[in-house]
Parts: sequence; C-alpha cells; structure tokens
Amino acid sequence: MNGETMAREELRQLQIERLQTTLNRACRNVAFYRQAFDTAGVDPGAIRDLGDLRRLPFTTREDLAASYPYGMFAVPLKDIVRVNAASGSFERPIAIGSTRNDIRHSSQLTARQLAGAGITEHDVVQIAFRYGLASGGLGFHYGAEEIGASVIPASSGRNVREQVVIMRDYKATALVTMPTHAAAIAVAMEEMGIHPDRLNLRVGLFGGEPWSETLRDHLERCLHLVAYDTYTVAELMGPGIAAECSFRNGLHVNEDHFILEIVDPATLEPVAPGDEGELVFTTVTREGFPVIRYRTRDRARLLEGPCACGRTTARINRIAGRTDDAVFVQGHRILPGDLQEVLFAAMKSRPAWCLVVDREGGIDDADLQIVLSDVESVVDEWKTLEKFRSDVTARLAEAFGIAARITFVEAGSLMCGKGGSGAVVDKRP
Amino acid sequence: MLRVRNCESGYGKLRVLKGVSLHVGAGEIVTIIGANGAGKTTLLHTIAGILRPRAGEILFNGTNLRGMQAHAVALRGCSLIPEGRRIFGPMTVEENLLIGAHGRLRRRDFAGVNAARTRVYELFPVLHDRRQQLAGTLSGGEQQMLSIGRALMGDPRLIMLDEPSTGLAPLVVKSIFTVLAQLRKSGTTILLIEQNAKAALRIADRGYCMETGVIVLEGSAGDLLNNNDVQRAYLGKEYRSIDER
Repeated sequence: MNGETMAREELRQLQIERLQTTLNRACRNVAFYRQAFDTAGVDPGAIRDLGDLRRLPFTTREDLAASYPYGMFAVPLKDIVRVNAASGSFERPIAIGSTRNDIRHSSQLTARQLAGAGITEHDVVQIAFRYGLASGGLGFHYGAEEIGASVIPASSGRNVREQVVIMRDYKATALVTMPTHAAAIAVAMEEMGIHPDRLNLRVGLFGGEPWSETLRDHLERCLHLVAYDTYTVAELMGPGIAAECSFRNGLHVNEDHFILEIVDPATLEPVAPGDEGELVFTTVTREGFPVIRYRTRDRARLLEGPCACGRTTARINRIAGRTDDAVFVQGHRILPGDLQEVLFAAMKSRPAWCLVVDREGGIDDADLQIVLSDVESVVDEWKTLEKFRSDVTARLAEAFGIAARITFVEAGSLMCGKGGSGAVVDKRP
Repeated sequence: MLRVRNCESGYGKLRVLKGVSLHVGAGEIVTIIGANGAGKTTLLHTIAGILRPRAGEILFNGTNLRGMQAHAVALRGCSLIPEGRRIFGPMTVEENLLIGAHGRLRRRDFAGVNAARTRVYELFPVLHDRRQQLAGTLSGGEQQMLSIGRALMGDPRLIMLDEPSTGLAPLVVKSIFTVLAQLRKSGTTILLIEQNAKAALRIADRGYCMETGVIVLEGSAGDLLNNNDVQRAYLGKEYRSIDER
C-alpha cells in the first residue's frame, strides 16, 4: 500500500477509516473536541463519509493557543516523545506533542518530499531551518536521515557567511531552508566573492513562508540549483504536509495523513473545485496532537487532473497569500494586532505607527515608524527616546524574532499611505 | 478485496458495532485486536453473514455482502474459521475436510477437491497421518489445523480467523501462526482476530484496534506495536490525565 500512488477510491476508504478513528480518539481524549462536538450537536459516529466532515466545527489557531500547554494532547505525556511550539496568540504560543509514531510518520512524509525533489542517499543536505522549538529543523532533519542522506544540521540564526562556508567546505548538494534565508545566503556569497559554480548545490527545498515565482527564479539563478516549493504547518506536523514533485506543477498533499478542504473564508462553505480559498486540514494519523478542521489562514486552490509523476494525491498551487492580515517578515509571521500590543507593552501608550517592509539584496528590511507627537508628553528627553527605541527593538525580537529599525516620525509623515496607522506596508518585489 | 464502511450490527436491542470502517487488500494479513467485548467477533459474524448488519456496506471484491446468507458468502470465497474450531467430532478428519468442499462437490469439481485436499495435507502433514481418525480425538492444535484446512477446501480468497490461539499451548500457537504466514505467501488473504495482540501484529501487515464497538486506532503493524493506546484499550483504561504514569 503506497499512500502516494493508491487509487483514489482506495485512498478515500483509507481517509474515511482514519478520520473515524481520529474522531473517536479525539472525542474520547480531548475535552476541547468533546465539548465542541457536543455544542455542534454532532456525534463522531455520524461522520460516515468525507462530506460529513462539514458538519464538524473548525479549529482555529486561537483555540490551540487557548489550550496551551497540554490541553489538546490526546495521549498522556509519557507517550509524548517530543514537544514543539508554534506561534499562537499574542499571549500564548501553541505546544504540539508528538508520539513515537507521529515522529516516524513525519520522518516518512518529509522523506517523501525530499525524494520528490530528487534527493537521495548520495546527497549532502544542509538544513538551514532553525532547530529548536520550531518544527522545521528537526522535521526536515529526520526526513533526510530517513532517506539516508548526509545531513548537516546547520540551523539558521547563525551568521549567514558561516552558512556559506559550511556549504562550500562540506560540499552540500541540497539546501533546505526558508526562501528569504536562501536569498540572504545568495547575497552573502556575492559579498564573499564565492561564485555558485564553486559550490556543489543542485537542489533547494524552500518553505515556511509564502514566496513567489520571481524569488524562485532569483534563487535558481544565484545559487545554481533547482528550487522546490514545500508547504509546512507547524500545528499539523511541521514539514511533511505538501510539496512539489520533480514536475513542479503544484504541491502534492499527503492525503493519506491529512484531509484537505478548501473553504471560502467569508462563508466557510467549500469553494467550487479549482477556486481559491482557505486551506483547512484534518490530521488523520496524528496520535499526540490530532487537529480537526484546522483553519490555516493560507489561501490556495486545488489543481485539477492527474500529475505526470504518477502520484495520485491532490495538488494545490503555490500559497497565494493569507486570509488574515499576517505578514511574513524575515521568515516570521507577524499579525499587526500583536505588534500593536508589543508597542503598548514597551511604551505604555498607543502611538500611531506603521511597519514598512522592503527587500534589499534578498534580505527583508523592516522599518517600524512611530509617530512622535502621540507620545511627546513623555518624550521630552533624548534619553527616553533611546530607551523606547531599545525596548521596542528587544520586544520585537522576543515576540516575533525579527530585527527591525525604529524610526520616530512627525505626525502626518507616516509612510503608511492609505493603510492608516497600524498597517504593514509591504514594498517587497 | 474486502471493504467495510460504517457497519452497524448487534443482537436484539443491543447495538454492538457502532459504525465500523475497515478494508483488507489482496494478499494482506490484517488483524483486528481489542479486549473482550469490543465487538471483534460480532464484526466477523456480520461479514460472514451470520448476523445481519443494520447499516453500512460490506463489499467483497465489489459485491455487497450485506443481507447475504452465510453459505452464499462462503461460496463467494470468504470463509470464516470460527472461534473454538467447531469441527464435527464424530466424523473423521477427511470427512470434515470434504464438508469444507461442499460447494465444489456440488459442482462435481472432483479434481479441484482432490487438489485442495492434497494441499491441505501438505500444509498439515499431521492431518494426513490422522485422516481416518475421528476429529473429536484430535488435540486442540490439530483441531485448529483441521478447522483451517476445512476452510481452505473451499479455495477461499479471504479467510477470517476468530481467535485461533484460544486454549492452545504457546508452541502450538506459534506453529499455527507460521502456517498463516505461509498461506499468505501462497496468495490467501487473511483477516485475523486475536486477543494475543503481539503475536498477531508480528505476522500482520496492518491492524485495527477496536474498543466498545468502534475502531480507535488504525495503522501498520509496527505502528500499533509501538502504541501505548493499544495496551490501554486492552486494560479498558481511559486516558484521564496528562500526567498519568
């Protein structure tokens, strides 16, 4: 039984079976789901087909954050072998638990994606996703090990030049990271005078943030590799959810482990096949942290027709954007509402502000403009201003992981255009 | 080969199966594990046509078995090997085997019957040695072999075994399981119900874990061997606290 190539009808049977077992377990073991199903008046036994999924309530990021840390775990901690975290609400992150089987499935699914990009045991895979609480680093690491590749856990967050040196000295053939980080690596290479021909790179697997075909062309040109798109959702598994195959015409969803729905974010009803909408996933094999109808806030559409590669799994196009107002800056997700709270925490007032994001040499440049007049009653000294500046900088780094420049401006000179105060102005190409 | 969807079944007012979905692919050994009273035997009896399902569908090679009589299900190549062997004690070993071939005998397919009998005797030489002996005088293990042999006489494509290890000594259980693995190699598909979860999962490809009439886990045999929930299901212990030991 191969989950990637099974007949659609067989896959449907497998999805129904796995969905039912997941619902039975979630309902028994997770109070949140038991209550949610009760409120909705649906018994898990009433879910007889994939279409019945629509009768179940959605799960949101806020729900997951509200049950921080362990409220959503479906097994006792002694069965959990790893805990990851994802950004949740402003106050609380989301803790995600994996059992031994969860880790094994995640490794196998990530291995599928790496193999789909042509990575084999002969490759030297440099993983420049951040290791740590986020699931990207270890997730791809285990997948690459599953294939038998030589894995370099380079992580990110280190000096980009160091990344280049590792890549050159260890003769890395595959680079796995966020697209913006890959762009930063390309810039560093140019500064260091290292021509991509002096490297051994041939494949890049990029994801973790929305990116574009333009950036793909740029990375392929600058790094001399073939770039593949991969889709990760930390709350569901991390990597291993969907990725491109060698034909690069859409991302194959690992449907034997995740049931995909695409809904209209306004009505929450399914969109017509092929129409763009919000991706909603239900995990059907997760033991530690099952998630039912999770609203990812990512927008994409289903691609029709079979893929030339022979996989029978559904394909989605590149993530087209978000259904909330989150922006990705330097690879980190930022919600303007959260930024507002960070500012308030640092300055104890609510000045007008806007965040101007641009990209220079492939690296995101973030400029947080704060209107001075709103806080001038307390800002009578240059020293106070500098304290605000360092406070806000530190809190931005802590809350979102980004490095931003702080500029104090006069009222009326905010560069936010028609967005008004509290907007993110994205000038990136 | 076998595809069950949302099957509900029970006895009188008692609803035992509350919507069970599972499948068995050609050439697979699939095991259903679970504690006493989980509904495993009810499930097999429902597939075999002994019990009528109240809802759901049971597709066997594309034909809906729902509502079909037990003998008709067996004639289609889906054989049940019941718990406790259920052999005919006062008859000889060979007569017991011939009962299993009733469908073919009716079709006067004597060559087929002979070939099947030879195959059974090859698989279980001890049955050949005792072919004229009354079945009631056989040991428990031999009776189980006879029960399996009787099912094979109908040349089934799927055999369903209900707790073949019940009441047998560990060594005998081992030899029965070895035969099952052998049978699969020769192309027979097997659905196996066992309380001895570990032994069953060791020879199975995939498994389902049942609890109070629903399936709570599905996965490769390796996944289930790894899963502590399987043990919990057996002990009937529910997960209550995140810190439980």
